[in-house]
Amino acid sequence: MQRNPQLGEDGQLRHLLSIDGLPRDVLVNILDTARSFVSVTEREVKKVPLLRGKSVFNVFFEPSTRTRTTFEIAAKRLSADVINLNVATSSQTKGESLLDTVANLAAMQADMFVVRHASSGAPYLIARHLSQDIHVINAGDGRHAHPTQGLLDVYTIRHFKEDFTKLTVAIVGDLMHSRVARSEIHALTTLGVPEVRVIGPKTLIPPDVQKLGVHVHHDMARGLRGADVVMMLRLQNERMNGALLPSAQEYFKTYGLTPERLLLAKPDAIVMHPGPMNRGVEIDSAVADGRQSVILPQVTFGIAVRMAVMAILAGGG
Amino acid sequence: MRLPDPEALLARLADSMRPEVASDTGLIGIHTGGVWVAERLHDMLGLETPLGTIDVAFYRDDYGQRGLKPEVQPSAIPFDVSGHDVIIVDDVLYTGRTVRAALNVLFDYGRPGRVRLAALVDRGGRQLPICAQFVGGAVDLGEERRVVSLARADDGTLALAMKEPRGAA
Amino acid sequence: MVRVRISNGRLVDPASGRDEVGDLFVADGAIVASGRAPDGFTADRVIDATGLVVAPGLVDLGVRLREPGFEYRATLESELVAAAAGGITSVACPPDTDPPLDEPGLVEMLKRRASSLALTNVYPVGALTRSLGGERLAEMMELAEAGCVAFSQADAPFADLTVLLRALQYAATFDLAVWLRPEDSALASRGVAHEGEVATRLGLPGIPSLAETVAIATILLVARETGARVHLCRISTARGVSMVREAKADGVPVTCDVSANHVHLSEMDIGFFDSNCRLSPPLRHPRDRDALVAGLVDGTIDAICSDHTPVDEDGKDLPFSEAEPGATGLELLLPLTIKWGGGRPLPEVLRPVTVGPARVLGIPAPTLDAGARADLCVFDPSLWWRVEPSALRSQGKNTPHLGYELQGRACYTLVSGQVVFER
Repeated sequence: MQRNPQLGEDGQLRHLLSIDGLPRDVLVNILDTARSFVSVTEREVKKVPLLRGKSVFNVFFEPSTRTRTTFEIAAKRLSADVINLNVATSSQTKGESLLDTVANLAAMQADMFVVRHASSGAPYLIARHLSQDIHVINAGDGRHAHPTQGLLDVYTIRHFKEDFTKLTVAIVGDLMHSRVARSEIHALTTLGVPEVRVIGPKTLIPPDVQKLGVHVHHDMARGLRGADVVMMLRLQNERMNGALLPSAQEYFKTYGLTPERLLLAKPDAIVMHPGPMNRGVEIDSAVADGRQSVILPQVTFGIAVRMAVMAILAGGG
Repeated sequence: MRLPDPEALLARLADSMRPEVASDTGLIGIHTGGVWVAERLHDMLGLETPLGTIDVAFYRDDYGQRGLKPEVQPSAIPFDVSGHDVIIVDDVLYTGRTVRAALNVLFDYGRPGRVRLAALVDRGGRQLPICAQFVGGAVDLGEERRVVSLARADDGTLALAMKEPRGAA
Repeated sequence: MVRVRISNGRLVDPASGRDEVGDLFVADGAIVASGRAPDGFTADRVIDATGLVVAPGLVDLGVRLREPGFEYRATLESELVAAAAGGITSVACPPDTDPPLDEPGLVEMLKRRASSLALTNVYPVGALTRSLGGERLAEMMELAEAGCVAFSQADAPFADLTVLLRALQYAATFDLAVWLRPEDSALASRGVAHEGEVATRLGLPGIPSLAETVAIATILLVARETGARVHLCRISTARGVSMVREAKADGVPVTCDVSANHVHLSEMDIGFFDSNCRLSPPLRHPRDRDALVAGLVDGTIDAICSDHTPVDEDGKDLPFSEAEPGATGLELLLPLTIKWGGGRPLPEVLRPVTVGPARVLGIPAPTLDAGARADLCVFDPSLWWRVEPSALRSQGKNTPHLGYELQGRACYTLVSGQVVFER
């Protein structure tokens, strides 16, 4: 078995490709560093000179304005130069191979790549082919991982709940196709959350998912009972009417988070969603905009977490 | 090499500052040792403006070689810096690079009316045109490469010690 | 014709179970004697086989030679040289070339090219349907006359079950063998790894075991109904093995093979998206691997094949799910078979790469008895070597075993009494 390619020989973080396999202290260090960046983002001048003179390339083989923007803001607040490339619409369609595209960009003196790709594992391939001093951050690959989203989610949980070792966390929805859910699960289990539940119909729960350290529930009410944190997942449009689910309406009826259902969780439970939300499909507006929702703080913390990851990676090289 | 007693240095430092500060002078300690010194000075001088703290980790010029230290403390300046009379407090004044970084942090919060520097110990070895207006005492360490650092015991007493620089083998 | 004396080797004959040190005498392309030289025998060449094993050449049921159509990946010559270097003297190649082997002319051309190279024997498997389209039957009798030993869809699906039924009925009429890859294309579609823990962890689209077992169940029912001789290629699941075991016990005329990779590896070997482990069928659960081994031991599985599928760098330097499935295998079949055998008697260990596949192919059983064709493999059973691109003669350099140390390597390979390879 190969060594975890994210870690250098000294155990330092070289790339952020997945949360799976990262030691607890690496995660805690990222969260601690992010906390001090939160204080930076609350100042009038929201910029620090840490990455001055460095070039961060946002290479998105799959378009996503929202995620790209959060990485862009994070890099700019660290004073890096940011270059955005929507490869989805340029070279790849001209038949250039993934590795050729990356080699070309590396030759432009990149210091860091933020990569999104539709194929699971693509950032690993890219990291393997780059020289030692270029860092790769996975901004979402296929169904595999979205590690900065997982980190910002546990940052948010720590902000509101503090002690991970007493929590029950329920993740609801399309686990099968969700890279966000996989990263959340690894982050939560690594940080010592004793009970992570996944809730959804059998068509959307991947086989053997309990091997990742979670409890599987198909009944929404049972799964929510006593939860401290409810993490909703986005249901992609293309999965709503077909062989996986009969309709969005039926999904909302069985797994949508309504105010009545939320009463089953602890009274102080928080509700999270990685966005963009489908109101009336996976979540009721009354919940999304309600007292227990921390969906907007998630977005704010996301910037600080991405700043922390970039600062730690660039400082390690 | 014997290092001086910080408690004595602290008393001398406070004495030298007392005639030069007003009750609204703002003290800002640099993490971590500078914050301990500033906390004590804040008490001894009876200042009214709440104490500020800054961590210069995000502003260091050696980040590229040394990376980010593990626990960066949040900077917190609980008063409006603009137009204020500010004294930056550090434990050991050496190359001057930390102070340079601290000034940059400070200016990201606003435009102070005046900035002065107080250091518990000046060990010489400056690499930048920076000097302290208030100094508890000076030690001449010549070519010594080891770092002089301040430690705080559980009961709050301070002590100076020598240690190998971070990143050295 | 050359007369060869192979002296002082360990003669291992899977057909008879014989295992003893002695000399072997070859003349006019055939084995003429063992032990004592026949009267008047004078050797043109003497091969000193001291410390080496002398066994029948290996028979490999799954070898993509990539000709015609995919010469950028490999050529007939490069791959037949690799086969000889692997101690393999007979290969069966599937019809999924470009164009597919659905016309007698193509088959004749392949046979002619292969025989002019005078290396390993090539037994083409013809297309079961035209263009492998899964709809209209190919001219099986014509193809058989041109040299096809069996008929197959390779990895291509049937349009529907009617075509499978008709194909088996027609093949049964003329007692032609049909080789089928049991995989339900809808259940396997878009999948790239075994549907289980690793695919879930890595977020890779899964191919459930059900894709294989549903197909095996269907094929076995149709085979029973039609009486066709069916061979199942590359089975990979524990349930699949037990289904074949039951069918054989019931007297269904079915045989099956397994890829050498699947005897040793599992989904765990994918590690961090190693595209060399992108194979078809996918590497499955360790329990499945153990069941395949058990199936070999009890004879449920008739043959181990290399499933040799050369893929070029560009086809592998891609994200796992975009990479082309397949691995080079010709030169690994012998050491992987030895490794599978562990400490068991060598004649028994070599059976799934000699007598087993020969029976599936319908060729005479490989043996060291006098009168047999002198297709021989002389190998060093204890030599360790490292699998790396420079050690392989095949144009395909990708294998999940890259970087592994394996034991056992061919030193001489003889086809019809001619030395076609020596190291």
